[in-house]
Amino acid sequence: MGWVQGVVKMEQESTKQGEKTALLLLGCPEVPVQMGIALYLAGRLEKDGIRVTVAGNPSVIQLSRVSDPEQHYVKRVMNLEKAMADLIEGRVHPDLVVAFAHNDAGISYAATVRHVSPSRLCLIIFGREAEELAKLAEFDCEKIVERAVHNPSQLKRKIDEVFGWAASRS
Amino acid sequence: MGCIEELKYETVLSQASFKECRDYVKEHFTEHYEVEPGYRIFESYIIGLPPIFIGVEGNAVFFPYTKPCHGTFLLRIESPEEVERLRKMKKKPKKR
Repeated sequence: MGWVQGVVKMEQESTKQGEKTALLLLGCPEVPVQMGIALYLAGRLEKDGIRVTVAGNPSVIQLSRVSDPEQHYVKRVMNLEKAMADLIEGRVHPDLVVAFAHNDAGISYAATVRHVSPSRLCLIIFGREAEELAKLAEFDCEKIVERAVHNPSQLKRKIDEVFGWAASRS
Repeated sequence: MGCIEELKYETVLSQASFKECRDYVKEHFTEHYEVEPGYRIFESYIIGLPPIFIGVEGNAVFFPYTKPCHGTFLLRIESPEEVERLRKMKKKPKKR
């Protein structure tokens, strides 16, 4: 776990003045598209000059580090509970929060973010029950809803539209 | 949230939806209190969709505890201090 702790410590470095920040809150990694989309989103946002931190449970962090060992896409990771505590206590103020939800718990996390943080909130709802889950998310956020489980293509297309990357071929 | 797991707790509902836990508290506890998402309890924070209710019975509190992979649990923990804190809150207890 030493290397993960070392990466978490990186998050404590101060951001450069004026640098925009994004926090990606990942849910349970049981649905395959989540990790692929998270890597893609983190990489694209970093490419746009946004400092990205990916938060998740220990399995999410290990998946990220194994999938991206050179940390080309995900440069900073942190524990989900710590990320939520920091948001709730007002210790961090990301410009953008992207919450991933494929179950009831994911919606609960996003609702909590909406309640405690004024950040732009984008909620990516995916998985077999995406449409039903989307009905629970009645709070103010940008919703991207796609019944994606294994194939991330359609979900990626919708994300590209929301973030203004639709014209890009990358 | 590790602190809660180190406490002596009972599981009333397991791997439920947030709404199921909310409805259970409303239906089973005449004394219940509404708290905000992020309410701090036992060195942890309540994650959930508002309205969020915490039930009280005797010296015990009944509250939702959400885990990313396992849904929401309704836990019971004996804590006269937390009961007292809830009763002192501005929001009045809701009656059935």
